[in-house]
Amino acid sequence: MRFDFALVASRLPDIFHALGVTLFMWIVGLIGAVILGFGVAVARRFGPRWLDLALGGYVELFRGTPFLIQLFLLYFGGPYAGLSLDAIPAGLVGLSVYGAAYFSEIFRAGFEAVPAGHVEAGECLGLSQAQIVRRILLPEMTMLVLPAAVNMAIILLKDTAVMSVITVNELTLTISVIGTEFYAFVEAYFLLALFYWGLVEICGWIGRQSEARLSRFRFAAA
Amino acid sequence: MTWTLFGLLVEAALYTVAISAVSIIIGFIIGMGVSAARLSPNRWLAIPARAFVSFFRGVPLLVLLLLIYNLLPVIGVNVPSVVAAVVGLSLCTAAYQAENLRGGFASVPRGLLEAADMAGLTPFQQLVRIRAPIAFRLTLPSLVNEAIMILKASSLVSVVGVIELTRMAQDLNTSLYKPIQLYAAAGLLYFIINRIVALAGAAAERRFTWGRA
Repeated sequence: MRFDFALVASRLPDIFHALGVTLFMWIVGLIGAVILGFGVAVARRFGPRWLDLALGGYVELFRGTPFLIQLFLLYFGGPYAGLSLDAIPAGLVGLSVYGAAYFSEIFRAGFEAVPAGHVEAGECLGLSQAQIVRRILLPEMTMLVLPAAVNMAIILLKDTAVMSVITVNELTLTISVIGTEFYAFVEAYFLLALFYWGLVEICGWIGRQSEARLSRFRFAAA
Repeated sequence: MTWTLFGLLVEAALYTVAISAVSIIIGFIIGMGVSAARLSPNRWLAIPARAFVSFFRGVPLLVLLLLIYNLLPVIGVNVPSVVAAVVGLSLCTAAYQAENLRGGFASVPRGLLEAADMAGLTPFQQLVRIRAPIAFRLTLPSLVNEAIMILKASSLVSVVGVIELTRMAQDLNTSLYKPIQLYAAAGLLYFIINRIVALAGAAAERRFTWGRA
């Protein structure tokens, strides 16, 4: 057995392009998941009961099934239901809807951790519901949910690898193709593992730094 | 979607359950060892254990499976793909379970261990009779969570050619072109299995009442 990383290294420009695709899929999907998840959490807290039940069903279904199956339904099943998406939009929609189910639960827990007295004080001052969300719930819970949110962001980063199965030309697919070309699978996948490991460690580090910086805003004592 | 087709999916779902269960158990055993090494005062044990946890939590399971699946034949281990799948799933869950167990062992109340010291229990007796049962009870909820994560993650072993639930739905779709019905049915089966695991976990938590400090 011999390792020949030079073979794989000769395709570095392609690898960096694919790294860009992975980061793009991750960041856009993550933003979508956070916004959608926040909307779901707010709708469940302030909306009518039937909406809470319906969204609860969505959260349970998407947290109870594999991301891969969700992607297959969207990408291969979508065209039969009049929804034809290319691989990249399908990956973005899939990651957003899947991640939102988890983020909505993180935000829901965050809302619940904000002391009821703070919300009541806002109501007494005559703040509207939107103002209560924006001025009290959102700033107070940000610090509380940050560790869980960073964790989820890292999980979503790793889940972008699954998009290779529906032919999104991100890091995993690109390096697999290079591995096939050179018949150097082990080198290719080893390099790939190192890439993700590095990315995840960097994200974890950034998360810990921002937690330390934001810790002075931890005023919602549990 | 006929009953015959659904029967094939159910059969494949049982295979998914079997692969996941074996991986969870192997992962638990490895995770025990890794968490013990991480908590050890010996740096030569603690540092590799940290690297183990960091690496297997940092690499996507899909990449890990592809690596192991291709690595095993190169180093002269010729085994069916299901073995590569179980190795990948076990190593991945071992890293997560090691972290959970570390938290569990750290949360065993000090007073209990002091009492055990006073009662003259040896360190080994303390481990077997006090620390391990309490840590297990404390980490049971996260173990159930981990089992559900692995059941879902096991769908990825379809990529290395193991005919479990996801791969069965894929293979049937190749000849039948009914992606919505097949993948929805597969998703439903995953959902039902996970529900059962969650309910069983909640029942087990009620039953194991020791160590509720």
